[in-house]
Amino acid sequence: MVATPTIPRRALLTAAAAASLARPARAQAGTVRIGVLNDQSGVYRDISGPTSVACVRQAVEDGAHGFPVEVLVGDHQNKPDIGASIARQWIDRDGVDMIIDVANSGVALAINGVCREKDRVYINSTGATADLTGPACAATTVHWTYDTWMLAHSTGAAMVQAGGDSWFFITADYAFGTALERDTTAFVKQAGGKVLGSVRHPFPGNTDYSSFLLQAQSSRAKVVGICNAGTDTVNTIKQAAEFGLTRSGVKLAGLLVFLNDVHALGLEAAQGLVLTESFYWDLNDRTRAFTKRVLPKTGGVHPAMSHAGCYAGARHYLKAVADMGVAAAKQGGAATVVRMKAMPTDDDAFGAGTIRADGRKVHPVYLFEVKKPGESKAPWDYYKLIATTPAEQAFRPLGEGGCPLVPA
Amino acid sequence: MISIFGVPGPLLFGQLSLGLINGAFYALLSLGLAVIFGMLNIINFAHGALFMLGAFAAWMMLTPNTWLGMISPGLSVPDWLAIGYWPALIVAPLLVGAFGLLLERTVIRRLYKLDHLYGLLLTFGMALIIEGLARNAFGSSGMPYRIPQALSGPVDLGFMFMPKYRLWVVVAAAGMCLLTWFVIERTQLGARLRAATENPDLVQAFGVNVPRMISLTYAGGVALAAFAGVLAAPIYSVNPNMGSNFIITVFAVVVIGGMGSILGSIVTGFGLGIVEGLTKVFYPQASATVIFVVMVIVLLARPAGLFGKAA
Repeated sequence: MVATPTIPRRALLTAAAAASLARPARAQAGTVRIGVLNDQSGVYRDISGPTSVACVRQAVEDGAHGFPVEVLVGDHQNKPDIGASIARQWIDRDGVDMIIDVANSGVALAINGVCREKDRVYINSTGATADLTGPACAATTVHWTYDTWMLAHSTGAAMVQAGGDSWFFITADYAFGTALERDTTAFVKQAGGKVLGSVRHPFPGNTDYSSFLLQAQSSRAKVVGICNAGTDTVNTIKQAAEFGLTRSGVKLAGLLVFLNDVHALGLEAAQGLVLTESFYWDLNDRTRAFTKRVLPKTGGVHPAMSHAGCYAGARHYLKAVADMGVAAAKQGGAATVVRMKAMPTDDDAFGAGTIRADGRKVHPVYLFEVKKPGESKAPWDYYKLIATTPAEQAFRPLGEGGCPLVPA
Repeated sequence: MISIFGVPGPLLFGQLSLGLINGAFYALLSLGLAVIFGMLNIINFAHGALFMLGAFAAWMMLTPNTWLGMISPGLSVPDWLAIGYWPALIVAPLLVGAFGLLLERTVIRRLYKLDHLYGLLLTFGMALIIEGLARNAFGSSGMPYRIPQALSGPVDLGFMFMPKYRLWVVVAAAGMCLLTWFVIERTQLGARLRAATENPDLVQAFGVNVPRMISLTYAGGVALAAFAGVLAAPIYSVNPNMGSNFIITVFAVVVIGGMGSILGSIVTGFGLGIVEGLTKVFYPQASATVIFVVMVIVLLARPAGLFGKAA
């Protein structure tokens, strides 16, 4: 028998990642390099993945910067160690100046650390954790699109104001789910609503939510808050429609739902669902124009806020680089971020906005309701706007995050 | 209103019936596994992926233009070619079963003489490949699939409003379990099959084409998984990972029932669905764990499983 050499799986993965990322080292020194690091093959592929890459390429195309820009793509496979090792290789060997996207809060925090250490810009769009502008904030990081605080605040408070004053939570039993429930509960109570009960479902591995939905129904709450993500959320909503929860007048509030999830559910199941996003393709003329430009690159997939954040973040970064000069921008990430914070932002996806001292990008946040099948006039015509939270109220107040960059 | 351990009666009955329905899924999925293990001695880790393929096959038949458009923009077929839920319930298992046949003929066949572990590793690898390809082709968030018109809406059971579709799931799953049990335990075909697993050489000497029978058995087990996949499509998210969510639980069901025992997997599937349903009322956090607690207890008391024959 021939002995087969054994290669550790991790080494193999790293080698594969490295091979796919290898770039000729003799690339021009004046080229600005952007690394899109996200989930290309796993559960977060649809909320980040290839559509984020398409949006970053669109940002490069949309500006006449006067310097060459190269876009690299990496798959972190939802593993912080793989993500961090790709980031290090990009920065040390390939001369990457900015890393963007990074779905999955665990990986996002790891990249936040790598970029701080290596003094490179990190623009986070899809990672949800509000810690990135709180205890973990870094002078090199900008958190663009949304965070857990903003989601809980918008959905929780705006829902109560819209009449949904009694809540029941269906929560995934792990850090993310319980944190989301805790934050939302606080905003519901603050707005004068009450919480009638909650149920914690196992994570991962739960596929049937009918039992929890029945408990929610018997609590007679007006709003059922869904504090889980991805497939769990899709299953909860699909089964809520099956059990007629929404028909009986109960409102479903999805605390972390993206346009892609609604697309996966279909309007039949998702109608009436209330959710928060900071971007919707059909919001105004500028968002429609941006979407029209990017669609040929995404294969018809309409961008969600996570993707739009990649576009807007890259756009603003390139403007800042053009403003300070490529040589200065390549010197250090923190200096580039200082320039990004000093410049007001303006792009087709989010309109005008600013970046705060803690790295938080602020813009208005929208509460949407999913249309009924009869109300939808075209493919991807899914949302109607029910409330807008102005930019200055939409995110956690600067002083409350515990970010060391904020002067006390 | 009656109340049991502080839980209102109607709620408890409701939860019990829901448990029974989930049990129907467990029974159907573990049945396929039990057939494949009992007859072929292969621990089929690809079962979840094949379950997913069943659901995707149903979706592809219902909306051919959506995925044809993904392959090549502009490619489409007339609407009347779309196949609805009811025909898909037959056609999807046949298609996926044929795919199973191909897998058996090309790769699985080579492992019969080796230790169980090789079959487990091979099928686990196949599951990862199938799921990875599906994610690449269809993305991760899944596809919409509606409940068929005839089964939408609820029925009033007195203690709760039960969606008609869930009742259909129990009937269909129980019917399929009964049919499979009957074929294997009570027909001549089943008798030959069981004989072939005991002593293939002798059965072959009687003129029975044993390799073909084994291939068809694998295809049959796979078709059962695909059938469950079509049943699941209207109520669970149709996405490439949907099988891996079920597979671990289903393996626990097979182990508790006794590896390879047809009756064991059916009874245990329904039974554990009910146990899980009750846990969801009294301590929901433990509802995924309770099955494994039962597994540990059963393995300590009866290592061959509830219905298994000691080796």
